Amino acid sequence: MRSKSVVALTGVFALALYSSMAVGSKYNLPEPQSVIAKDIYDQHIMLMWICLAIFVAVFGVMFYSILKHRKSLGYKAANFHHSTVVEIIWTAIPVAILVVMALPATKTVIAMKDTSSPDMTIKATGYQWMWGYDYLQGEGEGISFFSKLSTPKSQVENKEPKGENYLLEVDNRVVVPVGKKVRIILTANDVLHAWWVPALGIKQDAIPGFIRDTWFTADKPGIYRGQCAELCGKDHGFMPIVVEVMEAGDYTKWVSTQNTSAIKTSMHVEK
Amino acid sequence: MAAVHGDAHSHGHDDHHPSGIMRWVTTTNHKDIGTMYLWFSFTMFLVGGFLAMGIRAELYQPGIQILEPELFNQFTTLHGLIMVFGAIMPAFVGFANWQVPMMIGAPDMAFARMNNWSFWLLPVAATLLVSSFFVPGGAAAGGWTFYPPLSVQGGLGVDLMIFSVHILGASSIMGSINIITTILNMRAPGMTLMKMPMFVWTWLITAYLLVLVMPVLAGTVTMLLTDRHFGTSFFNAAGGGDPVLFQHVFWFFGHPEVYIMILPAFGIVSEIIPTFSRKPLFGYSSMVYATASIAILSCVVWAHHMFTAGMPTVGQLFFMYATMLIAVPTGVKVFNWTATMWQGSMTFETPMLFSIGFIFLFVLGGFSGVICAIVPIDIQVQDTYYVIAHFHYVLVSGALFALFAGAYYWIPKWSGRMYNETLGKWHFWLSMFFFNLTFFVQHFLGLAGMPRRIPDYNLQFADFNMVSSIGAFGFGLTQLLFLYIMISCIRSGEKAPQKPWDGATTLEWTHLPSPAPYHSFEKPPVVN
Repeated sequence: MRSKSVVALTGVFALALYSSMAVGSKYNLPEPQSVIAKDIYDQHIMLMWICLAIFVAVFGVMFYSILKHRKSLGYKAANFHHSTVVEIIWTAIPVAILVVMALPATKTVIAMKDTSSPDMTIKATGYQWMWGYDYLQGEGEGISFFSKLSTPKSQVENKEPKGENYLLEVDNRVVVPVGKKVRIILTANDVLHAWWVPALGIKQDAIPGFIRDTWFTADKPGIYRGQCAELCGKDHGFMPIVVEVMEAGDYTKWVSTQNTSAIKTSMHVEK
Repeated sequence: MAAVHGDAHSHGHDDHHPSGIMRWVTTTNHKDIGTMYLWFSFTMFLVGGFLAMGIRAELYQPGIQILEPELFNQFTTLHGLIMVFGAIMPAFVGFANWQVPMMIGAPDMAFARMNNWSFWLLPVAATLLVSSFFVPGGAAAGGWTFYPPLSVQGGLGVDLMIFSVHILGASSIMGSINIITTILNMRAPGMTLMKMPMFVWTWLITAYLLVLVMPVLAGTVTMLLTDRHFGTSFFNAAGGGDPVLFQHVFWFFGHPEVYIMILPAFGIVSEIIPTFSRKPLFGYSSMVYATASIAILSCVVWAHHMFTAGMPTVGQLFFMYATMLIAVPTGVKVFNWTATMWQGSMTFETPMLFSIGFIFLFVLGGFSGVICAIVPIDIQVQDTYYVIAHFHYVLVSGALFALFAGAYYWIPKWSGRMYNETLGKWHFWLSMFFFNLTFFVQHFLGLAGMPRRIPDYNLQFADFNMVSSIGAFGFGLTQLLFLYIMISCIRSGEKAPQKPWDGATTLEWTHLPSPAPYHSFEKPPVVN
């Protein structure tokens, strides 16, 4: 039985290590790149610590009992079977803990839902199996393109070695400027999809026939990758999302290269 | 009949049941039907387990090796449906059939013929479900939650699934009405509601939940069926419907369903912990109230499965708070079990090991449940492997471990023979090890960003997936050991005494020999 307590202790330490581990670890949420993602990251860490404390308290008592109060040690069973005071205490304490957990979460929920006054708006449309993007408002208005998986089929079929961004790379990235509030409007063309970029802390279902919205403000330039998160059929695992965040100047340059092609597209449509 | 009545062998006089296969087809005996439920659910457990092995084999390495994406989706869908509706639920009904009449001192279930019918519907439904793999287009592939519009796209397999769910629902409703009636009307004199064994209480509450929500599921799948074939647009925006409506109605069934699968497990564990602690259950009445409040709360938390579907802020907050509240009665239960063990005189036979394993891992599942309840965090982990890990911690190491505990606990009473204790302990420790190997790492996969229901993944997820697959194969093989233990127990186990567990106090141990006679408690015992 000594070995069991060693195992339990190792577990506790492992858990403690994981919950406090540096950002970017493979044991935790990805490194947060927006205010909301940061809130989520911090709340998750806080909850892990609370859970760890409860874990140690409850199983400390239980495993002490398992070690000591056993028939093989000749321990005689007591015969108590209730205590109103104790029962009220252990109903009240969890309620208090839950309130502590709910307060920061409530603030974040309210912040997440506030999609008002964005700097720019992009519509994302889910298709079986790719994403379509339309820049509706703000710098870059009128840009429109599809974004498909660019990993070659031969890699999926194990005929070629797989690249670093296997299944997380697309032909056309969603490009946005850093530090601007970007509102994403979502819908779908056929079935449910979900637009998820973990580092930016957003996930929102795309629902055919309805509009949903969400928002993010990226803290740093970079490339952030995500995947469709709602089962959408055969190639659900093969419709990634890639967001490229650029400095304002680079973004303006990108827009100028895109606008021409956007105009081409619209001319094409008018024909 | 009346002529033979009154002799000393009071149990033998109407044992004139048909033999061979007709005994099982026509039986109205709660013990026969309970046995059939248990064998049926174990068979389905193996079928669902085979599908799980297929899933984990495909996910063993990145790339597509064994299952093409469409077939992979069929595997995940049917794995979920078969485990929920074919394995876990019928297993608990099997326990109820065997144990409820014996624990309340009743001779049989209230509606014995309906009992036969509610069992025999199950193989029909299971056949529909499993055979859907072989129809054109294959089985349903829209996930066990079969959200439209995806489930409207599927072929004949989806229709077979819908009919199967209809039949399973009918079976569950009949089964639960039977259980409610039995418990409310057939208790032995002196057994007031607040003297009932905890297992009976949890089943009474579960049965009410079933009667409440199974018709909702039947309605949902019927709407889906008419959307598919009769031109209605309940879930089709183009016709004025709403795909999200389906999710609301489905989860109004689906969340209580989660508790339908765990409340009887609480009941089993609440019988076993006091027995092997040789001490009465701590806080019996608070246990009853906690069970009832979990059941009531479970009906007002459904939309926490839909935090990413898009909901008003107030809606998200309401469902978050309500969900978090469930942690309170659940915590009360865990504390009560701990207090029951405290200062007991414990021994650690296999049923006790599985019960402690249950509490330990169920609490971990509870922790991840609270984390999933927090809306902002759920936005990150919803539909990822984190959620897969969470619900396998409550359904496998929760419901399934409790079922194992119950099977080891009551098999001496059912078969009159003891199982092999050494092998039982092996079964526990191997299950414990491989279960955690399979599912603990999935928390990390989910946090790192691996969505669920994908057949292939980025290389960053490769090592944990391999660990998880190895764990899953080990867990699967370990369950064959359980089958061996049970068969060798029934065939050639040592004879069991009337009460092999000296701490047991319920009627089946104190009043009935082992094995329990075919007809028990024809004259009700008196409980004081």
